[in-house]
Amino acid sequence: MTIITEKHAKELLSKVLKYSKADEIECNLNGQVGGNIRYARNTVSTAGEESDMILAVQSTFGKRMGVATINEFDDASLEKVVRRSEELAKLAPENPEHMPVLGKQKYLESKTYFESTAKVSPADRAEAADASIKPSKKNKLVSSGFLEETVTFAAIMNNKGLFAYNTATNVDFSVTIRTEDGRGSGWSTRNFSDYKLLDTAEASSVAIQKSMGSVDAKEMEPGKYTVILEPAASVGLLNNMVNNFGQRPADEGRSFLSNKLKEGEEGPKNKLGQKMFDERVTIYSDPQHPIAPTAPFANDGYPLKRVDWIKNGVVTNMPNSQFWAKKTGTEYMPAGTNIIMQGGDESLEDMIKNTRRGVLVTRLWYIRTLDPQTLLYTGLTRDGTFYIENGKIKHPIKNFRFNESPIVMLNNIEALGKPVRINGNMIPPMKIRDFTFSSLSDAV
Amino acid sequence: MERREFIKLGGVGASALMLPVSGIAVSADQLLDKPMDVAYKKKLADIALNAAKAKGATYADARIGRYLNQFVTTRETRVDNIVNTESAGIGVRVIANGTWGFASTSNMTPDSVAKTAERAVAVAMANSKFQTSPVKLAPVKGVGEVSWQTPHTKNALEIPIKDKVDLLLTANDAAMKNGANYITSILFLVNEQKYFASTDGSYIDQDVHRLWAPFFATAIGESGFKQRNGLGNPVGMGFEYLDGRKEDKIQVSGASVGYKNSYDIVEDAAAAGKQLKAKLKARSVEPGKYDLVLDPAHLMLTIHESVGHPLELDRVLGYEANFAGTSFATLDKWRSKNFQYGSKMVNLFADKTQDYSLGNVGYDDEGVKTKQWDLVKDGILVNYQATRDQVHMIDQNESHGCCYSQSWRDVQFQRMPNVSLKPNEKDVSAEDVIKDVENGIYIAGRGSFSIDQQRYNFQFGGQLFYEIKNGKITEQIEDVAYQSNTQQFWNSCTAMAGKSDYRLGGSFFDGKGQPSQVSAVSHGCPTTRFNNINVINTARNV
Repeated sequence: MTIITEKHAKELLSKVLKYSKADEIECNLNGQVGGNIRYARNTVSTAGEESDMILAVQSTFGKRMGVATINEFDDASLEKVVRRSEELAKLAPENPEHMPVLGKQKYLESKTYFESTAKVSPADRAEAADASIKPSKKNKLVSSGFLEETVTFAAIMNNKGLFAYNTATNVDFSVTIRTEDGRGSGWSTRNFSDYKLLDTAEASSVAIQKSMGSVDAKEMEPGKYTVILEPAASVGLLNNMVNNFGQRPADEGRSFLSNKLKEGEEGPKNKLGQKMFDERVTIYSDPQHPIAPTAPFANDGYPLKRVDWIKNGVVTNMPNSQFWAKKTGTEYMPAGTNIIMQGGDESLEDMIKNTRRGVLVTRLWYIRTLDPQTLLYTGLTRDGTFYIENGKIKHPIKNFRFNESPIVMLNNIEALGKPVRINGNMIPPMKIRDFTFSSLSDAV
Repeated sequence: MERREFIKLGGVGASALMLPVSGIAVSADQLLDKPMDVAYKKKLADIALNAAKAKGATYADARIGRYLNQFVTTRETRVDNIVNTESAGIGVRVIANGTWGFASTSNMTPDSVAKTAERAVAVAMANSKFQTSPVKLAPVKGVGEVSWQTPHTKNALEIPIKDKVDLLLTANDAAMKNGANYITSILFLVNEQKYFASTDGSYIDQDVHRLWAPFFATAIGESGFKQRNGLGNPVGMGFEYLDGRKEDKIQVSGASVGYKNSYDIVEDAAAAGKQLKAKLKARSVEPGKYDLVLDPAHLMLTIHESVGHPLELDRVLGYEANFAGTSFATLDKWRSKNFQYGSKMVNLFADKTQDYSLGNVGYDDEGVKTKQWDLVKDGILVNYQATRDQVHMIDQNESHGCCYSQSWRDVQFQRMPNVSLKPNEKDVSAEDVIKDVENGIYIAGRGSFSIDQQRYNFQFGGQLFYEIKNGKITEQIEDVAYQSNTQQFWNSCTAMAGKSDYRLGGSFFDGKGQPSQVSAVSHGCPTTRFNNINVINTARNV
């Protein structure tokens, strides 16, 4: 069993600590039990159950640090991993940026574990897949999908009094449904902590509708269009932007959040406090979000709470390291573990109804950086791209390659809809004007 | 090299670091203690295979793995982190009622191994209710007890940490002295000790070594910042790759140095510093049509994305439809025997046997002996990449040996072998390829890359861009990316260098599958020319 209780984790890590001869030792113990089922061509392809537990030991002598990991837990292995991390630490040069481990901390209540997810059986998974395959077959369509549920735990202990423990559950489902001739393709995804909320038949009905509706896609000229980005379409761009929010790269002059100062010029090195986005943009992280909760601590055991990264269009906080916070006299702010973007009350259907001309995008695929200074990204639309005219979906269109920046996107907001959970985040559908499509793709 | 011999050698000069584990003295920076005895692995594997058969499996395989990694990360003048990881366990895959089932565990007691095999059968049985076509395996004759090891002369895990740290910090210093403001350099060292056994009667013990030493340098100027990554390649060999031998360097006049089977990271870092300074002042490209000359460290990625992935049979058949996508290279195109994938000079082959390549192994992860075969011959699509349960779908009865799993924990499935472009039979040089170009761009190193889910439309950047005018490289330019369509692009291939210019590049962390797994794969090619390709300018004001 690789999910162990808080009591057992405490006992195990206390034992590891006893082997330590270092000035500081900090252990991260992570375990996962999960099951998955994968299907394609309307039949099950691979399925399995996986479990593992990994102990990472970080030992420090002065400012020298080493890390070793292991997944065996007999006494000899535990001692070995401690010794190995200590020897690595002794071999490492001093790191002038090393910071001491944290002492005892207090954490917010965790809301991440659901028994229903922990109880999923191979038969449950097979039935969930069947509920997706059956309607596809009935419609003469080809279904392929993936369902995976996991129970995880994370425990941290160090020799300065810190102990943290959390268990979490997660279920991911996604399905692609294509026409037999390959001319139409639709997709949908669902992500929950509680398996009870998953309805694979409902999710598949969306993919079926998009698949049948995307046959005979027409070509449209590349250019700037008003788009409605479903949450699955914008989450990748938002993730990339939030991952580039770090204070240190900004202060060092190598981020889109750097202030370009001329030689000899004094002033703030980053854009903290500047309004960079439309005032409707508020993005934060919150471990206690009722629909997309996360563990209440960071990897180093620092307590997580709600942090606003962008408030009403203004850069409000930037994540940093303990070292950089100390060096610059700012508060230590670890990166968030989810992205919660505020939206409005409009449903996706309402947004389509209120659009005179535009493009509905189901998802974006293969997003890569073109220019880190402007956060210019490229990628393609996929599995359901439609032309909207006078409030109605008029016809499917061929997929586009886009070359666009989330900074531009979040300045060109026309409307924000009701956020939904996607990949552990809460993202609203967005209506954006002047979104740049640069070329056409033949891919379906 | 014998392990015990190494322990003795490794102890020299590092005696203070010796530590007793299980009665054997092993230095902690070597990560090599306690390899599992082959006879014991066979015993455990047989327990799994027998337990699976007893529960009704018609086929079973067991993979016992010990995966050792070492990562050394440095930034400018300091070491950020040194990490050793070790993971061991067993994965059991079965066919029961004509359906696959899989289960894995890190608990390798005989009882746990038997139970894991039984769980795999239970998963197969549960899913067989919904199975429409039973799994059909291409025959593989059991090979008995055999072993294989990545050819190498210096086991990277045996090299002292100090040498690794010194090398990276020297490279960082060289970059910063020559113009970089920041640099991160990393050593990734991987050792897969994997044992495969199947009900076909194979017991295969393999010891696989790979390494990668990338760096990421940045320079800041008045109008912004520029980045330049290292031009070294990830490889399937030992630490000798970092010897930087003279004979492995290929200099293109006026441009960058390319590296063959060894890499001079310090020289490359120094060049990166200088090139960064030039990048900050470089002219932005005028968008339009250009003849492109692509160096191997760049073209390898274009091959990976536009040839490697679309010719994976699982994609073609629809097994990857929900994640990586499908493929434009459909079976009807292959069956026509006249689908012109590229121009007549384009010959692309697959293999898992090239020395120094990331895909090089003796046997794949379902016990198939590895080999080489053609994918595109004289421009025509002739074959795909397949595993045992797939080849019957393309009317073949011999697996291509393309099965791989990233660890004991995950189920094995079809992964890309090395896919490479055959060099020109005439051994012309990279400069010979450049000399006939009137208006072109020479691109070195891999940059931004993006391609659609059927592999038609792609867009690639690079690390270094040089203008070519009237057969000569003139100056560095910036903001270049090219957009094309796979078939159009390969049909515009008009010239390539010969075998002395042929080099392997690679991808260390190629992702595919659900749950997603990484694999490492190489792509060999010479410097190659493509005519009249659409180039866009990636600079933008926000």
